[in-house]
Amino acid sequence: MTDLSHWAQTGLRTRPPRVNLPLPRLPRLSPLLGWLVPAALLLAWYGITAAHLVAEQILPAPATVAEAFAALVRDGQLQDNLLISLSRVFYGFGAGALAGLLFGAGMGFSDAFSRLVRPSFLMVAQIPILAWLPFLMLLLGIGEALKIVLVAKAVFTPMTLAANAGIRSVPLRYLEVARMLQLSRWRTLYRVVLPSALPHLFSGLRYGLTHAWLALVMVELLASYEGIGYLMVYSRQLFQLDVMLAIMLVIGAVGLVFDRLLALGEARLVRRYGGAP
Amino acid sequence: MKRSLHFLGGGATLPILLLLVWAIAAHLGWLDVRLWSSPGSVLTAAWAVLRDGSLLAALRASLARDFAGFTIGAASGLMLGLLLARVRLADLLLSPTLNSARQIALFAWVPFLSLWLGNGEHGRIAFIALAAFFPVLLNAHLGARQVEARYIEVARALCLKPHRLLLKLVLPSALPQIMTGLRLGLIYAWLATIGAEYLFTTTTGIGSMMMDARDLFRMDLVILGMAVIGGIGFALNLILSRLGRLSLWRGVEEML
Repeated sequence: MTDLSHWAQTGLRTRPPRVNLPLPRLPRLSPLLGWLVPAALLLAWYGITAAHLVAEQILPAPATVAEAFAALVRDGQLQDNLLISLSRVFYGFGAGALAGLLFGAGMGFSDAFSRLVRPSFLMVAQIPILAWLPFLMLLLGIGEALKIVLVAKAVFTPMTLAANAGIRSVPLRYLEVARMLQLSRWRTLYRVVLPSALPHLFSGLRYGLTHAWLALVMVELLASYEGIGYLMVYSRQLFQLDVMLAIMLVIGAVGLVFDRLLALGEARLVRRYGGAP
Repeated sequence: MKRSLHFLGGGATLPILLLLVWAIAAHLGWLDVRLWSSPGSVLTAAWAVLRDGSLLAALRASLARDFAGFTIGAASGLMLGLLLARVRLADLLLSPTLNSARQIALFAWVPFLSLWLGNGEHGRIAFIALAAFFPVLLNAHLGARQVEARYIEVARALCLKPHRLLLKLVLPSALPQIMTGLRLGLIYAWLATIGAEYLFTTTTGIGSMMMDARDLFRMDLVILGMAVIGGIGFALNLILSRLGRLSLWRGVEEML
């Protein structure tokens, strides 16, 4: 459900050019200003804990959180659990992206297939990933299969829509040219279809990865005995707020790295092939 | 002949076929009905929870929570988004921090919120508000930052004052994007409502109903819950996209 709405926006609607509104200029301090709020927050955090305004169980001092982080790294707990989580994302993402690519490309290439499955696909996609959770828990138990299937499902929907949109975005004229030049099927796919579809595919991967991480953290919070999300629930149960905050930062950092990596890849692709419409 | 073929290739074929296979397989005992349930028992369960009012009570609890959280999150997201778009200093000060906070996977906030705000309704609503906040903020910011070039010329020609500029030019021009943000926000809020009911201590609501059904191995109720959650999400989305098509605002267009 979540996925669909993003894609509803990528329609080929041409809009009149828009420009930035004229705004008053500021002196060239701008990059520094962004650090002001985090610095102020950190300072406030430090001040509040140093003055013992709040109990240590409610808000641990920054140094305590840093120490908890160091301890997690030192005894290898963080690396172990992060590795487990990342491997779940890796397998689930791989399976979901591949299935979505094939399914979406099938819908893009064949009108008959699209007519047959599209309404069912959209209906299933309406059901948010969270609503699948109890169903899959009953069906698969709470083992490794549950996490991988759930992550794969989270990736499958955006990837299918992206692959479908990508194939549909290939200009017919180009296909005609390819036919005129008597390019083989593979060469047409490689030279004509792929360059057109790639930007779409990549943004599908990007949404997919974001959703994969979201779904994984969710399922690990709810039903897991290892992984970064479990580590967080565990520390919550023990009221170890310092550990919890440290893990929250790690989860944020992983999300950021995923997003940046794929954005970088996307930018390179766009430079080479032009952007998605 | 052709028409029947067309019907066979249509979108209704697959669901009907699957439903039939499910019903027949359950009836003939090919599927373990304790695990896979059957269309009949899902309908029976639906009738039962409708009659004793528990489904409606659960839905009412979930939707009330959803709207409370959405209203708080969307209102603050909208105001902050417009502020960031129109006040350069606020943008430079806050945007980097907000963008970093957005990277934290939504559900990672749950343990934190539950510790700070308690495991009850406050924590849940704060979580739902947070889910709605970011998409609304982002889209309001994007929408209000950019305005069609010809409108700016009109505004300049008319020498509009800043508040008139905001009301008559920026808001109407940003409205489609704001509506997109609200729609996304509503979707995320609904997602967060279900998530909050799973993750915070048990409570009323459709998500809790499903988790309870799972604990009792009631697959029929779980499947019913999936359909209801999907249906509600679909309806909410439909309502907001219809609203978005209504022209609520007549700004510069009527002045031209």
